[in-house]
Amino acid sequence: MTSLTALALLPLLGALFIGIIPSAKVDLIKKFALGTTVVVAMYAIYMATQFKSSNVALQFVEKHEWIPAFGINYSVGVNGIALVLIVMSVILTPIVVLAGWHESEGGRWSAKVFYVLILVLETMMIGVFAATDIFLFYVIFEAMLIPVYFLIGGYGSGERAAAAVKFLIYSLFGGLLMLASIIGIYVNSNKLGVKSFDITVISELHNYISPMTQNLLFLGFFIAFAIKAPLWPLHTWLPDAAKAGTPGTSVLLLGVLDKVGTFGMINFCIALFPEASKTFTPVIITLSVISILYGAFLAIGARDLKRLIAYTSISHFGFITMGIFAMTSQGLSGATLYMFNHGFSTAALFIVGGWMIARRGSSTIADFGGLQRITPVMAWMFFLAGMSSLALPGLSSFVSEFLVLVGTYTRYPVAAIIATFGIVLAALYILIPVQKALHGPTTPGNESLKDLNLREKIAIAPVMAAIVAFGIYPSPLLNIINPATAQVIESAGFTDPAPTENVGK
Amino acid sequence: MNTSSSIVYLIALPLFGAVALLLGGRRTDKWGHLLATAMSAGSFAVGIYQLMQMLGRSTEERAITQTLFSWISVGSFDIDAALLLDQLSICFVLLITGVGTLIHIYSISYMEHDENRRRFFAYLNLFIASMLLLVLGNSYLNLYVGWEGVGLASYLLIGFWNQKPAYATASKKAFVMNRVGDMGLSFAIMIAFATLGTTTFAGVAEASHHASEAALTAIGIMLVIAAAGKSAQFPLQAWLGDAMAGPTPVSALIHAATMVTAGVYLIVRSNFIFDAAPTAQLIVVIVGAITLIFGALIGTAKDDIKKALAASTMSQIGYMILGAGLGPAGYAFAIMHLLTHGFFKAGMFLGAGSVMHGMNDEVNMRKYGNLRKFMPITFVTFGLGYLAIIGVPPFAGFYSKDLLIETAFDAGGIKGPILGSITLLGAAITAFYMTRVMILTFTSKARWDENAHPHESPWLMWMPMAVLAVGSVTTGFLFTRGDALVNWLNPVFGDHGDHHSEHLFEPIVVSMMALTAVAIGVAIAFFKYQRADIPAVAPTQVSFFTRFARKDLGQDGFNEAVFMRPGQKLTSLLVKSDDRVVDGAVRGVGRLAISSGSWLRLSQTGFARSYAAFILIGAVALIAGIWVVTQ
Repeated sequence: MTSLTALALLPLLGALFIGIIPSAKVDLIKKFALGTTVVVAMYAIYMATQFKSSNVALQFVEKHEWIPAFGINYSVGVNGIALVLIVMSVILTPIVVLAGWHESEGGRWSAKVFYVLILVLETMMIGVFAATDIFLFYVIFEAMLIPVYFLIGGYGSGERAAAAVKFLIYSLFGGLLMLASIIGIYVNSNKLGVKSFDITVISELHNYISPMTQNLLFLGFFIAFAIKAPLWPLHTWLPDAAKAGTPGTSVLLLGVLDKVGTFGMINFCIALFPEASKTFTPVIITLSVISILYGAFLAIGARDLKRLIAYTSISHFGFITMGIFAMTSQGLSGATLYMFNHGFSTAALFIVGGWMIARRGSSTIADFGGLQRITPVMAWMFFLAGMSSLALPGLSSFVSEFLVLVGTYTRYPVAAIIATFGIVLAALYILIPVQKALHGPTTPGNESLKDLNLREKIAIAPVMAAIVAFGIYPSPLLNIINPATAQVIESAGFTDPAPTENVGK
Repeated sequence: MNTSSSIVYLIALPLFGAVALLLGGRRTDKWGHLLATAMSAGSFAVGIYQLMQMLGRSTEERAITQTLFSWISVGSFDIDAALLLDQLSICFVLLITGVGTLIHIYSISYMEHDENRRRFFAYLNLFIASMLLLVLGNSYLNLYVGWEGVGLASYLLIGFWNQKPAYATASKKAFVMNRVGDMGLSFAIMIAFATLGTTTFAGVAEASHHASEAALTAIGIMLVIAAAGKSAQFPLQAWLGDAMAGPTPVSALIHAATMVTAGVYLIVRSNFIFDAAPTAQLIVVIVGAITLIFGALIGTAKDDIKKALAASTMSQIGYMILGAGLGPAGYAFAIMHLLTHGFFKAGMFLGAGSVMHGMNDEVNMRKYGNLRKFMPITFVTFGLGYLAIIGVPPFAGFYSKDLLIETAFDAGGIKGPILGSITLLGAAITAFYMTRVMILTFTSKARWDENAHPHESPWLMWMPMAVLAVGSVTTGFLFTRGDALVNWLNPVFGDHGDHHSEHLFEPIVVSMMALTAVAIGVAIAFFKYQRADIPAVAPTQVSFFTRFARKDLGQDGFNEAVFMRPGQKLTSLLVKSDDRVVDGAVRGVGRLAISSGSWLRLSQTGFARSYAAFILIGAVALIAGIWVVTQ
């Protein structure tokens, strides 16, 4: 049986069960949460094997009436893009639970609440990528803020309350603009002669509305997604949130929730408003290139490990957005693959970085030193995660980054050339913390740090395995992604630029 | 083209060794070095087998490919993981695995007392596998994987003793400067795909016949940047001297014999691009010419034996790059010098390691002297390498360098005399600084530290040195006999027949000029150093030039002033402005919302009629908004 609804409801069911476990039985709660998320991951992987990659139509489709007065349905379904993002999300969740076994301790509320929030969030992560009704998507998009707000504000560290509020206000602002656009769509949808929020139906709407309207509707969605992604200059909530949140929360925030932004750009901005997308592409490509370099420079200048990782992500999201709006098959497939790979790459950095911080009691990079000799396994894991972040060939992120660059170059050579400087900056923002934290003499306070234990090794192993395996053999992912991205590009009215030199004469 | 299913074992064996030792951890400490050496030797054996097979086929059928799987396929960007073994790559395969295996053997003894010897051998195997992928990949993107793979191995090995902050910094510097070069390779691949629609060597070669010169020039220039980064050529040369922080066997293998010559491979492999892009070719020549003098000048001022040899490597690779830039006439000679250099320079580095081994890891040549009496084998093997590098007949370097000088003179037009003179000048300076190294180390009076007890190294160390010394003596003769190497390689470069037709000077005249230049260089060094009292501390009252050369001709100062410090300033500026300007604007909006909230509170009057008015105004505004949107 393959049902997206069942998949999405599984974690919610788990949350309900945890609700009836006594709060004192913390260990049972953790194990139950882990078990639930593992089952969800296995189910999702099974569904992925049932996905027919040759079929470009939405699959696993379900549809039920919800608010018929407005034509709103509960309708879900996935294409290749949504599928890989769901798979990524549900694989990361159990890893986060296992890696951050003690994250729920010392929070404002009990461990029970922590895992209920995580599981509720997982339901929404599945739902947000699966929703094919715009209104349903919007509801989940906004509702997701609630568990994240409580996870940061309740279990984070430092100025967690302020960071949580900043995150919330930023996101609500974006959501409000999106709501305005959705109302705009509803008002205009009478031109189609049907009341509907179905994406496939609304994707015809752009033929019936003025360019001005289309541009405004596009912007409402785009700004919301650009905040979520985040794109320069709408990024300043991210470093604060990433620093305040627990490492696990940050993995889900940067690895999964931010992808809703870039996913939305493909699935809503481009699919619903192709002409407006074209109009704004120069601006968006420019902002992306700025993000790539700006995020990289700020990462180089960061003194705090968590903020550093957050800034590297801003740079990486620049790559993703650039690849999306390059509107070539390499750019879009590369960007989609980038979303998947970045999930694991950032998870590796945050998880291992989180362990380092928890052991040392500080997230200031200068407080570390010589870890390679004290905690060799942990140091190796951090180094590998870093290599993945700087897109070393042979690791998964290289494939996606190079696809984005080559796909962008064929249409926007200047942007691609400037963006490529990011690979030199990436070497700096990874090797500087590697040198400070792992190399050099052992600095005081680090002498007795413990290396990874078995639980931690088990948690990080699948992440590293994915990073290596999909670097050498990305075909299983590309085979799922390619037909979907080809369809997006075709329906937006683009074709790949042909080689400029007339070869084959 | 024929296919084969056994090329992959060349790479698979050392890769397995690396993975087994890294994942096996301390459990493999006892036998890890043996496994790694066996894997490298096994790869060498596969290489010999492949050579035998290749010799058994006719010239047209010598190149074979092996397609492993589809690596990246999106739209028309379709890259297979595939290997190409032809006359050019087999030369590299044998050099990498042959010299590599010798250096594995040497390191068993050299690294015996290092508690992390297993990790060292894992990195060596990783390097061998990556380097083999670099020379065996059938497309630029496959090459790229090996290209950055060797960069990673180099980084790990330079920083092998990274508990010393200076060594950690050296490894980071090497990686970052290499990445600047890698960016060039990225650009080259992007341009090739956008203009020619392919990134395989065969595809680009085919397409280059129809492509515009502009496109090929762009690709060519980007390839030169890539080559400059990896091969420590001007202007990306500054990392190589610092890379000597790595254990000496690493300097011999990676930073002399193999990895740093990858740039030469890249240019020679891309012969079809440079043949059709004269401007790019000219840049190759200029880069090579500048670097060959630049490196040689630095070599004259170094007291650290490894840094002197590193400067020499930079200079010798300059010769190769220059040769590769001379087009079809020079490709084979560039490769020939690369191979002979692989022998004599690796041999000399191992000799330097042997000296350090006997002198408590001292690298300052001012504290050596008269070591020939105490380390006779090292002296002889190093000496043979010395005779080879300065180009004394019949040692290997004579043949390969002489042919490069000859070809440089024959470059045509004004280029010929200029390039010829530069190569002659380089030969003289090389003779000078290498003689200086010989005298300071082996023949002059002893200037050792009190606790130094020089002794010959164990057989595991001198045996590889002896084998390399045999290569330093014989390879030049063997390669040139009946134009063996040229004839072997020429099918790779298409059929370029009579490029020896017109000589500016007769070969014998060029040889005489070269030998005269060498004799002058040797003589100056001999009279300057052999009799002189060499102070154990470098004198500070020296000429401006000496000071400048000691500082590597200002390369670090330049990079720091032009790139590093402005970069740091920009970074700190952005860090500040992100908080104050970008986030400040956001916080400003927040404050605005709060203050407008308190102002709006005044409107909450409690009168139903004013609420009704507000509702009316709101509804009108909303309708007006919708009306605008729906137009």
